[in-house]
Amino acid sequence: MRILRLPRLTGWRPIATTLILAGLLAAVARFTLGLGATTNLNDEFPWGLWIGFDFLGIGLAASGFTIVAAVHLFHAEEYEPIVRPAILTAFIGYLLVVLVLIIDLGRPDHFWHPLVMWNPHSVMCEISWCLMLYTTVLSLEFAPIILEKFHIHAPIKWIHAVSLPFMIFGVLLSTLHQSSFGSLYLIVPNRLHALWYTPLLPILFFISCIASGLSMIILESLIFSRSGRPFLPTRLRANLAKAVALALAVYFVVRIQDLLSRSGFRDMTTLTYYSAAFWAELLIGFVIPFGMLLFEKVRISPSGLYSASLMVVLGFAFNRMNTAITGLEHYPSQTYFPSIIEIFIMLGITACGFCAFSFIAGRLAIFPAGESAGSHHHEAQGGLQDPLPRPPECEDPRPSQADALSRAQHYGG
Amino acid sequence: MTHKKAMLIDISLCVGCNACQAGCKGENGLPPDEEKYLSLTAYTALTKYNDLYVRRMCQHCDVPTCVSVCPVGALTKSAAGPVSYDGEKCIGCRYCLQACPFHVPKYEWSSTKPSIRKCKFCPTRIAKGLPTACAEACPTGATIFGDRDELLAEAARRIQAEPGKYITRIYGEQDVGGTSMLYLSPVPFEQLGFDPRLGKTPMPMLTMSALSKVPNVLSVGGVLLAGIWWITNRRTEVQAHESALKQGKAHAQEDEA
Repeated sequence: MRILRLPRLTGWRPIATTLILAGLLAAVARFTLGLGATTNLNDEFPWGLWIGFDFLGIGLAASGFTIVAAVHLFHAEEYEPIVRPAILTAFIGYLLVVLVLIIDLGRPDHFWHPLVMWNPHSVMCEISWCLMLYTTVLSLEFAPIILEKFHIHAPIKWIHAVSLPFMIFGVLLSTLHQSSFGSLYLIVPNRLHALWYTPLLPILFFISCIASGLSMIILESLIFSRSGRPFLPTRLRANLAKAVALALAVYFVVRIQDLLSRSGFRDMTTLTYYSAAFWAELLIGFVIPFGMLLFEKVRISPSGLYSASLMVVLGFAFNRMNTAITGLEHYPSQTYFPSIIEIFIMLGITACGFCAFSFIAGRLAIFPAGESAGSHHHEAQGGLQDPLPRPPECEDPRPSQADALSRAQHYGG
Repeated sequence: MTHKKAMLIDISLCVGCNACQAGCKGENGLPPDEEKYLSLTAYTALTKYNDLYVRRMCQHCDVPTCVSVCPVGALTKSAAGPVSYDGEKCIGCRYCLQACPFHVPKYEWSSTKPSIRKCKFCPTRIAKGLPTACAEACPTGATIFGDRDELLAEAARRIQAEPGKYITRIYGEQDVGGTSMLYLSPVPFEQLGFDPRLGKTPMPMLTMSALSKVPNVLSVGGVLLAGIWWITNRRTEVQAHESALKQGKAHAQEDEA
């Protein structure tokens, strides 16, 4: 199966298996020995790598709501081919984040408490509700893909009948909790370093998740186009890249303007542990990719776009980890570095995500043109290098006018 | 009506005998060894600054940060003053450890069913009309227990009586929205490890400014998205209709011909 070669890593399977097994062992250790013995967390540093991973997972899964909004709410139907990959990415991302959150909880057996014990003043409460509700919405958006595989069509009709309000609700929930992850830190102005603390944290978190979510979908489309079957025409991918560039620019302006207005110039320009991390994040994730994406040549070149999107995702990871870890450290007296068990659990769960994605993408109709898994079995025998002739129906994945109309009626109920 | 209880801690009177910690440990059944920092087994501790001693413990804030951040309401503020904790509700998210402006809650990291621990403000003693164990144990009157209003008046009286002895500030009167622990000091509080960055605004207000927008985002956002959907959908429909009309005309012309 071509799709299984996703990361194009020699020996991906043994590596993934090892990572997942190591992660499992680490999880067993965490549950039997407790957090103190297995993590480097302590009273002064109660949140660490796992919280950073949650931010990351949720942010990268942001493509789910942006693409659904663009295609189904704003009727940018030419992007239809990326809806399913985006929903799958989001669905897997959210499930993994929920899993990590439960592992991170001191009392995993109480994980359901936010369902029945509310505190409307708590950002954490709002986030747990948004996560639960949005994961439900995602599973509704994902369900038809599974159901059609098994030719169960009646529930698909019901889901379509109610899909419009659900999609709107999903987009709103995403907007809320993507920004709320930033709001978590509004209450620690005395702890979080001034380079990251700002009352605008929720807004900055929201803008950056749009850039990273779209970059993630660009990366996916490039990786899956490699075999010579692009599922997103170059022009549309270039347009997505424009949207990324716009989000990066808005982010950069808001962030720098806000820092300057709160007299952060000194923090920014003096070389410290913090300013180094700050500039690394800003250059890798925002400035350089923005500069690259300004050029049409980069936007239409797969390798150029690949590196620019990868940088956005890396810089985004840097930003979230800086907010969750670096900004809270008291360098050099009190720093935090995750324990080996924390790292193994995170890597194991990441590997699970990649495996789940390629497993599902290989068996369900995630990518356009609707071929079933069996049809390109023999293609996999051929090397990745020799380009295969494109099936004619893939050349223009834009739905016809009539398709659009029928879909519009579908969602209109 | 319950009177809001508080403690007045006069740093100039403290001799560092640690009787408060011993009294606290006795009351809470904690191992009696002397400890220098707050821990799972020390709900109060003395920090030494030159020849001054400062008591650290839960401040039992009037608008407690920990109560506001707890997603399941495991922490609650009672009218009498104490901020109490219910380990049966706690999910162990540790947001209270992260958010407490005074770094007070301590976590049972080594347990597989961990809880947080901190000063409880002796709620059972208060209910019986008794002073807190630490105030009772204090031999010099550096810590006294009473109604918050009366203690504030007493603190103001002391500052007025000996202006040279104290700086004119009662820490906790308004800091982070007011606390149950009121401090008097002969030197500026910044020199005694009190965080100068904490203002008078209760910390939960910082979050509320964002959380209060949630209903707006939901209602305005919902209408906006539905509106955009309707407009773009209408556009698609009109396009389809027009092309169908054109085709129809073309057919009609063909027929005529």
